[in-house]
Amino acid sequence: MASEHIQPAETFSPIFGRLTLDWIPIHEPILIGTFAGVALGGLLVFALMTYFRLWVPFWKNWVTTVDHKKIGIMYMVLAFIMMVRGFADALMMRGQQAMAAGGSEGWLPPHHYDQVFTAHGVIMIFFVAMAFITGFMNYVMPLQIGARDVAFPFLNNFSLWMTVAGALLVNISLFVGEFARVGWLAFPPLSGANYSTGPGMDYYLWALQIAGVGTTLSGINMIATIVKMRAPGMKLMDMPIFTWTALITNVLIVAAFPVLTATLAMLTLDRYMDFRFFTNDYGGNAMMYVNLIWIWGHPEVYILIIPCFGIISEIVSTFSRKPIFGYRTMVWATGCIMVLSFVVWLHHFFTMGSGANVNAFFGITTMIIAVPTGVKIFNWLFTMYKGRVRLEVPMLWTIGFLVTFTIGGMTGVMLAVPPVDFQLHNTLFLIAHFHNVIIGGVVFAVFAASPTGGPSVRLQA
Amino acid sequence: MSSATSPAQQSMVEPLADRPMHHAREAKPHEDAHAHSSPTPVGFWIYLMSDCVIFGALFATYAVLGGNYAGGPAPKDLFEPGFIAVETALLLFSSVTFGLAMLRAGKSDTNGTLMWLAVTALFGAGFIGMEIYEFNHLIHLGAGPDRSAFLSSFFALVGTHGLHVTGGLIWLITLMVQIRMHGLIGPNMQRLGTLSMFWHFLDLVWIGVFSFVYLVRLI
Repeated sequence: MASEHIQPAETFSPIFGRLTLDWIPIHEPILIGTFAGVALGGLLVFALMTYFRLWVPFWKNWVTTVDHKKIGIMYMVLAFIMMVRGFADALMMRGQQAMAAGGSEGWLPPHHYDQVFTAHGVIMIFFVAMAFITGFMNYVMPLQIGARDVAFPFLNNFSLWMTVAGALLVNISLFVGEFARVGWLAFPPLSGANYSTGPGMDYYLWALQIAGVGTTLSGINMIATIVKMRAPGMKLMDMPIFTWTALITNVLIVAAFPVLTATLAMLTLDRYMDFRFFTNDYGGNAMMYVNLIWIWGHPEVYILIIPCFGIISEIVSTFSRKPIFGYRTMVWATGCIMVLSFVVWLHHFFTMGSGANVNAFFGITTMIIAVPTGVKIFNWLFTMYKGRVRLEVPMLWTIGFLVTFTIGGMTGVMLAVPPVDFQLHNTLFLIAHFHNVIIGGVVFAVFAASPTGGPSVRLQA
Repeated sequence: MSSATSPAQQSMVEPLADRPMHHAREAKPHEDAHAHSSPTPVGFWIYLMSDCVIFGALFATYAVLGGNYAGGPAPKDLFEPGFIAVETALLLFSSVTFGLAMLRAGKSDTNGTLMWLAVTALFGAGFIGMEIYEFNHLIHLGAGPDRSAFLSSFFALVGTHGLHVTGGLIWLITLMVQIRMHGLIGPNMQRLGTLSMFWHFLDLVWIGVFSFVYLVRLI
C-alpha cells in the first residue's frame, strides 16, 4: 500500500530523475517549430559573436564582472528576454481561450495549456518582475548612497547567475521534457508524486529553488550594503526614498524567501524520498503547503511593488520639480507595509474553511494594509500639486501607474471581504486584480524608469 | 555610463566608499583602523537570520504535523531521554570549547586555538555520529520519514540541523588547515569570528529542537 501509485523505480534514474527519452516532445508541432526558431536564433548569435570576436570581452567584461551596474544591467536584460517568453505564453493562453469556444478544442491540448499557464506565472514573477527590481536596486542603490560597489561584489555576481540558471532550467524544460502543469504555486497533492508523474514538476522545483537562494543571497548583500556602506554622515533618514524602499524590500526578501526554500525543499522530499508532508495519506496535510507558500507569497508581491513605489517617488519628485511630499510618512508607510505584509497571507485562501473568526482577522489586516498604501498615493498626488509638472514619458507612465494601480488596489480591498471573496475566488476578477497591480505597478514603474520608456531619469534629473 | 562621475567627483567619492572584502584582504592593518569596518560580520549575521527563518518554517511544520502519527509510532515509542541528553551535552560542550578557542585566538596563541578547535570538531563529530546512529536506528525500526507526517517533519527538522552541523564541521577543518598554513592573520580571525557565530547559532537552534521536538513530547 505504501507506494503503489508512486512512480515505478525503473523510470526514476539517479541522474535524470523522471526524465526519459519519451518525454522529448517530438510529436508537438508547436514546440518543434519554437525549438527550430530558438536554435536558429541561437546559432546566429553564436556565429555573430564568434565573427566579431566578442566571446573573450563578453566573458571578461560581463560574465565574470563584479560591477554592480553591469550586474544590474544583466538582470534587466534577463528580465526583458523572459518578458518576451512570458508574453508569448500569455498570447498563447488568450488565443486558446478565443479559439476554444462553440465546441472547438482550440489549438493547445490540455497538458500543453497547463504548462503554458504555469510557465507564464512562474516566469513573470520570478524572472521578469524580480529580475527587473533586483536589476534596478543593483544599479541605483549603491550610487544613491555613495558606495563604490555592494558589500559583497562576488556574491552579487553569484546571485545573478543563480537567477539565470533558474531561468535557463525553465526554458530548457520547454524542449527537454515538460514543465509543471500545476499553476504558478504548485499546490499539492496535484504537484505531489502521485499526480505529477513527469519531470515538469521537478524542473519547477529545481528552477525556483536555485533562483530563490540566489535572491536570498542578493537580499543579504544589499542590506549589508545599505547598513554598512553609506557615505559618512548619511543618516538613515537622509537616504533617498528609493534606497529606503530597497532596504525594506531586501528585509522582506531575507525574511520571506527562506520560507520558500524550506517549503520547496519539503515538497521535493515528498516527491523524491516519500516524505509525507503534503500527501493525502499518512497524516500529511496539503493545506500546510498552501499556508507556507503564501507566507512567502504575500510578502513576495510587496517585494515586487515596494521598489516600484521608490521609483515612482523619485520620478514624481523629479518631474514636478519639488521634493517628495511627506518624506517621513513615505518611509513609515513603507515600514508599515513591510510588517503588515506578513499578517495577511490567509486572504489568498479564505475558501479553505478556517472559520469566520480567522477569515475576519485576515480580512481586516488586509484592509488595513490599504491605509499606508493610500498614504503613498496621496503623497505622490500632493507632490504633483502646485509643482511644475513636466508631462514627459516617465511622468506619463507614472500617471498611468497611479490610475491603474489604484484600481488594482481597490479591487484588492473588495477581495479582502471574505463573503465577497467566496464569490470571486479564482475568477477573472481576481486575475484582473493582480494584473492591475503588477502590470500597472511593477511594469509601468519599470518602463517609467528605464531608458526604453523614454528619456531616462538619469538624463533628466 | 559606469564612468559618469568626473575625476573630481571620484576623488571625493573614493575614500568615502567602504572597501569590499577582497580589498580589505590586501589592505595594510593600519589602514583598516580608519576605514569603515568590514561588512562581513553584519552580512553573515543577516544570513544567520535568514537561516533562522528556514528553521522557523520547519519548526512550524513540526508543530502542525507533529501529532499526525497515522497509526505509526509516537515520540514516546521512539525517543530515549538518556541518548538525547548525551547528544545535547556533546553539542553544548562543543560551544564551550569553541569559546575557549576564541579566547586563545584573542591571545594570538595559534597552537592553543588549534587544539581547542580540534576538541570542538571531536565533540561536533560525536554529535553527528550519534544523530546518524539515531536516524539509522529509527529507519530500521520501520519509523523512517515515509511512515507518517510526524516522522517526516521530525527527520526534516533534525536532519536540516544535522546538515548544518556537518557543514560547520567541514568549515572548521578547512579553517584549521588555513590557520596552520597562514597563522592567525586578519582574514583568518574574521573567518573564526563568523564560524563562531554559526556554531553558537546552531547550538541555539538545537536547544529549540531539544525542547520542542524531544523534551515536550516525552513528558
